[in-house]
Amino acid sequence: MHIVVCIKQVPDSAQIRVHPVTNTIMRQGVPAIINPYDLFALEEALRLKDKHGGTVTVITMGPPQAEGALRKALSYGADDAILITDRAFAGADTLATSFALASAIRQIQKNMPVDMVFTGKQTIDGDTAQVGPGVAKRLDFQLLTYVSKVSSVLPEQGQIVVERRAEGGVQLLKSKLPCLITILEGNNEMRFATMPNMFRAARHPVKMWNRESAGISDDDLVKIGLKGSPTVVSKVFAPTPHTDPAEMIEVESGNPKDIADTVLAKMFTRFPAVAKEIAKRA
Amino acid sequence: MSEAPAKKGKKKFELDPRLASYKGVWVFVEHERGQVHPVSWELMGEGRKLADMLGVELAGVVMGAPGDETRQFCDEAFRHGADLCYLMQDDILKDYRNEPFTKGLTDMVNAYEPEILLLGATTQGRDLAGSVATTLKTGLTADCTGLTIDPDNRSLAATRPTFGGSLLCTIVTLNYRPQMATVRPRVMAMPERDGSRTGRIVEHALGMIEQSIITKVLEFIPDANQDKPQLAFADIIVAGGKGMKRPENFQLIWDLAKVLGAEVGASRPVVQAGWVDLERQVGQSGKTVRPKLYIAAGISGAIQHRVGMSDSDCIIAINNDPNAPIFDFATYGIVGNAMTILPALTESFRQALATARKAG
Ligand SMILES: Cc1cc2nc3c(=O)[nH]c(=O)nc-3n(C[C@H](O)[C@H](O)[C@H](O)COP(=O)(O)OP(=O)(O)OC[C@H]3O[C@@H](n4cnc5c(N)ncnc54)[C@H](O)[C@@H]3O)c2cc1C
Repeated sequence: MHIVVCIKQVPDSAQIRVHPVTNTIMRQGVPAIINPYDLFALEEALRLKDKHGGTVTVITMGPPQAEGALRKALSYGADDAILITDRAFAGADTLATSFALASAIRQIQKNMPVDMVFTGKQTIDGDTAQVGPGVAKRLDFQLLTYVSKVSSVLPEQGQIVVERRAEGGVQLLKSKLPCLITILEGNNEMRFATMPNMFRAARHPVKMWNRESAGISDDDLVKIGLKGSPTVVSKVFAPTPHTDPAEMIEVESGNPKDIADTVLAKMFTRFPAVAKEIAKRA
Repeated sequence: MSEAPAKKGKKKFELDPRLASYKGVWVFVEHERGQVHPVSWELMGEGRKLADMLGVELAGVVMGAPGDETRQFCDEAFRHGADLCYLMQDDILKDYRNEPFTKGLTDMVNAYEPEILLLGATTQGRDLAGSVATTLKTGLTADCTGLTIDPDNRSLAATRPTFGGSLLCTIVTLNYRPQMATVRPRVMAMPERDGSRTGRIVEHALGMIEQSIITKVLEFIPDANQDKPQLAFADIIVAGGKGMKRPENFQLIWDLAKVLGAEVGASRPVVQAGWVDLERQVGQSGKTVRPKLYIAAGISGAIQHRVGMSDSDCIIAINNDPNAPIFDFATYGIVGNAMTILPALTESFRQALATARKAG
């Protein structure tokens, strides 16, 4: 069984700051991490490999330094890693990204058929959840999004059963390989990197693919990077607080009960709808 | 979304004549288990404004199994502002599945050529939007918080948070149609329902047979609704943050919520510490809420939390740090220890309720 896991290196957004004057992102010193949701996908793929055997290949499209993310994935137990990197990919939106990833996966398939592609449910920087469905459509794979559990796989029959998070419940879906699965957070903690895997990761060559090796011809230049991106950012700006600062409730006595009574009195006067809502509960 | 702001978005441009025939605003009416997702009506309200700005019609798109239900959904769509509905009925569409819904919606877009297509950023809406946009090779902007028409070129300007909500960006899809966007539940206001509104229905056939569809639904296991928090639709929410210090103290939040018949919400660190369920997380990576009253205790008001709750009508914030960012946008601010203020609030609300009860 051959599983390809798509991962992305993202800035640890918890540590990002916005420049107060220029409104630009200050990335300096912000550590790069593997998108946390992609780790759930990698873990799920490794679990299936533990159970059924096979190969796990990780790929990412990104700048040269994204190699670090792939080495990390190798240290967790991925067998092979491919970095798709080329200036021509710069400025790609989700449509262009899905084209590049799908082309690369088709190249991978020339060496070894791919049974499943895994992605995280979304990234923490883009937050779109669009690349997974995009890759599935381009490859004409069955698309199974928001999968919380791969219940069973019968590789010989090419059959798979998954639990998919839906609005208001869980769908139990039966489908066929090849398929693309986006993994919901949560079921399994990422395993620790083992010593042997860490040594192997340090030595294992990460394959570097440019546009041509990813199977993208000159004719397809209009489908990648900025050119292949229908969406264009026209403006970036800081959220302007359209609210006034809070009215501070201060009571001389500092007695919590007086403070609470004061807030309630003020609120009931200014927000009759809240007063009504609370009276409804009486 | 391209990362670098391109100048392309600013300059005047001529729409490819091939695309000039694309007219009208569509809202995908999402339903599951006989219920329309409220986000569809929120989008209908927004779609109405866009259609009026453009001077075009607003349409709902209803896909489902044949029967009264889908017709009722069309009627509801009219009452929420739609001028017409595209209706696709087929037994294959009984449960949501990617393949037939993608084909159905894509076919309808190609047949009737809307210029704007809006979907809810739900599990169903995101699944469908991503595959439809790829199939149509058009642009899709996720999780928008603001939608408007650029008067210069009549294109859709979709604003969404980026970098975890620290910045906003406006995205346009110039020479592609339809212009697609998803919006999370509760981000847009629910429009007034007008019971007298009607509209016309245009039916379109799916043209697929079950045998050709690979993925099958074996079972649908509904959530046990009793104990599942309905945060997104709660009118009163009492939320606690890391400032509650210990899981035992969080009981004070539950106590106040109980008196008020409110839902309990939390900031992300509280969820990560395992004090409450993930379903209760409010914010960018949690739920968006719009209650009449939001009480925030021991919550700093970080941007990722703020984006999920700043549309509450009235926000009472309790924080011992007078410089906490939450005071920049709360309605009422109390500087003090949540451990003493919360019980006092609980008591005051209890008395207010008793008074209201007496007054009948
Ligand atoms: C990608 C990403 C997504 C995120 N998504 C979310 C999200 O969806 N929701 C979310 O909430 N956060 C989210 N966060 C985290 C967010 O950035 C903040 O870290 C978080 O909101 C802070 O939570 P907090 O205010 O409870 O805790 P803290 O930042 O620890 O603040 C605690 C506050 O309590 C006050 N306090 C302490 N003791 C007391 C006391 N005795 N009485 C009263 N006040 C007291 C302190 O003054 C402080 O203001 C996200 C972050 C990232 C990077």
